[in-house]
Amino acid sequence: MQSNTYSFAETRKDFPVLNRRVRDNKKLVYLDNAATTQKPNQVIDAISDYYKNNNSNIHRAVHALAEESTEAFEQTRDKIAEFLNITNSQEVIFVKGTTEAINLVANAWGRDNVKEGDIIVTTEYEHHSNIVPWQLLTQDKKAQLKYIDIDDNGELMIEQLDEYLSTGKVKLVAFSHVSNVLGTITPAKEIISKCKNAGVKTLIDGAQAVPHMKVDLTELDCDFYAFSAHKMLGPTGVGVLWAKKEILEKMIPYQGGGDMIREVHKYETTWNDLPYKFEAGTPNIADVIGFKTAIEYLQKIGMENIRNHELELTKYALEQMEKVPGITLYGAKEPEKRGGVVSFNFNDVHPHDVGTIIDKDGVAIRSGHHCAQVLMEKLNVAATNRASFYIYTTKEEIDVLISALQNVAKVFKL
Amino acid sequence: MSGDPIYTEMIIEYSRNPSNYGKIDEPNIHRHDSNPLCGDSIDLYLNIDDKKITDVKFDGKGCAICMACSSVLTEMIKGKDLDDVKKFEKDELLSELGLEHLIKTSPVRIKCALLSLKALKYGIYSYFAEKMDDIESAGNLKDEAANLY
Repeated sequence: MQSNTYSFAETRKDFPVLNRRVRDNKKLVYLDNAATTQKPNQVIDAISDYYKNNNSNIHRAVHALAEESTEAFEQTRDKIAEFLNITNSQEVIFVKGTTEAINLVANAWGRDNVKEGDIIVTTEYEHHSNIVPWQLLTQDKKAQLKYIDIDDNGELMIEQLDEYLSTGKVKLVAFSHVSNVLGTITPAKEIISKCKNAGVKTLIDGAQAVPHMKVDLTELDCDFYAFSAHKMLGPTGVGVLWAKKEILEKMIPYQGGGDMIREVHKYETTWNDLPYKFEAGTPNIADVIGFKTAIEYLQKIGMENIRNHELELTKYALEQMEKVPGITLYGAKEPEKRGGVVSFNFNDVHPHDVGTIIDKDGVAIRSGHHCAQVLMEKLNVAATNRASFYIYTTKEEIDVLISALQNVAKVFKL
Repeated sequence: MSGDPIYTEMIIEYSRNPSNYGKIDEPNIHRHDSNPLCGDSIDLYLNIDDKKITDVKFDGKGCAICMACSSVLTEMIKGKDLDDVKKFEKDELLSELGLEHLIKTSPVRIKCALLSLKALKYGIYSYFAEKMDDIESAGNLKDEAANLY
């Protein structure tokens, strides 16, 4: 067990981009980590070393480079299994990101398991990537899409799930582990247990959870879990779908092509074993290899330490922001109920204007609908501002954010 | 803070008190448009009488830049002839608010500034196309609107 006194400020030296000056020679204050995190030298070097020393296609040729590359690629799969307590690394499927993972399930599982009149349940605080694939599927199958609403504290009204489940028509409940806008941590175990009792499958969008807290998939015991490398120090273009072997084995392939086959004849093909059945084409080898280094970096710090660090930052940010007149904060009042994400609006100032003004002070936050327009409708706003933290974020940076917000008040004569 | 290149007094004033804000019932031209990446969303309404814009209004949600540019655009075209308005260039609108620099400095925010002009060009295009009138201008307007930013 790592100590709780991990020196997070020390990590900053590993991230070259954090030394950047932006706009008017202002120190970069990067608070857009829910969109993507920065990458440490270790990850950048792993990718560049691979191209310099090993580059080769994998799983086929017998030459030395191919064998080395294949081994390195497969080591990442094993590393992910270890990191998330997955007993069988064959259940780890590489995709290009969370979005592709969910689309894979909607297509390959949805095709054979959802029929007319069936219900897919999702929630009001989902990212578009956990709404639109289900809209496409339910429209195609003449099935129904239902939402679990959120209450005033930004939490799911779980009792609605009971109503849906009581119809006996629900096939899948798809929800995010942590909301990308409100930061709300979903009571995943409670939902999974209700679904299990009803014989209903569960899919979790873990894009905002895996980077920030300990996730144990054996303990969680859902059916599908999706997340992305680039939100956890890793490169873009790599994501993971995890699903239980017995489900994956019954699923048809998502895409056809190289690597996913056992034998191809003129009119029929047999499928390769898991996980390759779902990995058609040459994968993103270099970035998958880089992802292993990212996970090792996080393991060295310890996920409990990361969670505690972000909790402390979130508490501090909520306290400081409450003092700024005219700020409306969204999401749970209790920091313990949320991840390191703070969404807010500022008087009548549109988030784009807030974002542009504080950008001049070097502060990078996200302004917009955060690919969560269903939630924006619920909150009755067009957009929000979102500051999101990670291992290298400091309290001093939150102070810079606060003073930049005070500047917005000046510009808009609030 | 003085000398902000975007958030001038004029823009902030327009964002708080937009001109021609509202809706026209049964307008001759109605066009809705939005910026998918940022969420600005407006509706533009025009009444036309003998090629003259007799009334124009807009409503919707947007940032200060979007609100100010929509306000100024409606002020500039009200009472004008469609033959003049169809030739309206983006620089004319941007320079009115001192925002020409956005074209170079902010490819993201330029979309906020030009959303209403895009809606206007598409709106007049549809109006011409529906009436089968001035088809050449209609085609040009459609291309201009599609390539505005």
